[in-house]
Amino acid sequence: MRATRTVEISTGLFVLLGFAALFFLVTQITDRELAKNGKSYEVTAQFENVGSLKAGAAVSMAGVTVGRVDSISFDQNVYKAVVRMRINTVYDRIPKDSDASIMTSGLLGGQYIGITAGGAEEYLKQGDRIELVQDALVLENLINQLVATFSRRGEGQSNGGPDNASGNGAAQGQQQSQESKK
Amino acid sequence: MTVLNEFADGLRGFLRTIGLTTLFFGRVLSQVPRALLRPRLIIDQVHNAGALSLVIIMTCGLFVGAVLGLQGYDLLQRFGSEDALGTAAALALVKELGPVVTALLFAGRAGTALASELGLMRATDQITAMEMMAVDPVRRVVAPRFVGGVIAMPLLTIIFIAIGIFGVQLVGVQQFGVDTASFWSQMRSSVGMDDIREGVIKGCVFGVACSLIAVYEGFNAIPTAEGVGRATTRTVVTSAVLTLILDYMLTALLL
Repeated sequence: MRATRTVEISTGLFVLLGFAALFFLVTQITDRELAKNGKSYEVTAQFENVGSLKAGAAVSMAGVTVGRVDSISFDQNVYKAVVRMRINTVYDRIPKDSDASIMTSGLLGGQYIGITAGGAEEYLKQGDRIELVQDALVLENLINQLVATFSRRGEGQSNGGPDNASGNGAAQGQQQSQESKK
Repeated sequence: MTVLNEFADGLRGFLRTIGLTTLFFGRVLSQVPRALLRPRLIIDQVHNAGALSLVIIMTCGLFVGAVLGLQGYDLLQRFGSEDALGTAAALALVKELGPVVTALLFAGRAGTALASELGLMRATDQITAMEMMAVDPVRRVVAPRFVGGVIAMPLLTIIFIAIGIFGVQLVGVQQFGVDTASFWSQMRSSVGMDDIREGVIKGCVFGVACSLIAVYEGFNAIPTAEGVGRATTRTVVTSAVLTLILDYMLTALLL
């Protein structure tokens, strides 16, 4: 039989080292910035198109992450996507008329929700809904608009229907938001 | 004609080995609960398989991390993304290199120790003596070693990964001057609990596989000096191949 006390001590040290390493990995390597219940409040927004937004995507204001997307579901009463997001309670002065738009991080990055502050005196609280939204940029619509614009210019006709105007506005809004983010 | 016969024999032998190993696995598992009632044996074996392997695991972890840092920096520099060194190296270590390299080192150091111990017990008739005394050798000798290996492997994997990341940081930040803050913050934002969980699960599965192969080969070694040597060699080879096959399957499953 070996010297058992040495064996036991070194085994204990080994197991302790293993758990210390695990602790180090979990706390230093992963990102746990948003605490779960109690330190965040829930806010919803309804979009016509959420693009490739996923649960867990960031919610940011001025480029700083203030929350996370909790879940995305489809409401059959209004035929829109309902996005639930949790915002850190530290950020409790977001005006009620703020605008939520779906933006893309970089050229090929994932999509996230960017909130631009409005000017209202009242602030968002638990359970509120953000009324002003901008949907995700759908590439096909953008291409259609481009083709329509060029063919219109070519034939010299007046501009098309009302959805063209609002579509252009959304595209320009996206470009502006991305430029201001850079 | 003889080539075909030999091939068929080889195939039969291979299938027989797989069957025997699986049955042995079942036998060992059935004895594990009773082996757990004797913690002294298990602690001895965790010490044997784990604590004594620490030196090689930590050294290799440090150097694997350092090499990852070197190669990663060189590669990422070509695309102007040196800041992503932390992310790239940490993900590579946590998900793939950590579990696989640890398993290979474990098979080489602890697996051979297990196999040769059991093989020598078989060769010197100790196992037969136990059976004579109506002591189940699987319960007394094999199951504690198996449990010791299974406990030690995930811990070794985690230690390897942690030391490896430290090695990456040594090379990347200290030597090449990658910004410390962006190194850690990029790593933090892209490595999640899922990745660590994946690495730990792989470590556990590889631990079971390598320990099983080691105790099987040792217990069923031909009781001669040459037989023990061949059992030890087969342990390492089979463990390495099975680890890599399981790695592919697990990665496909967990991805």
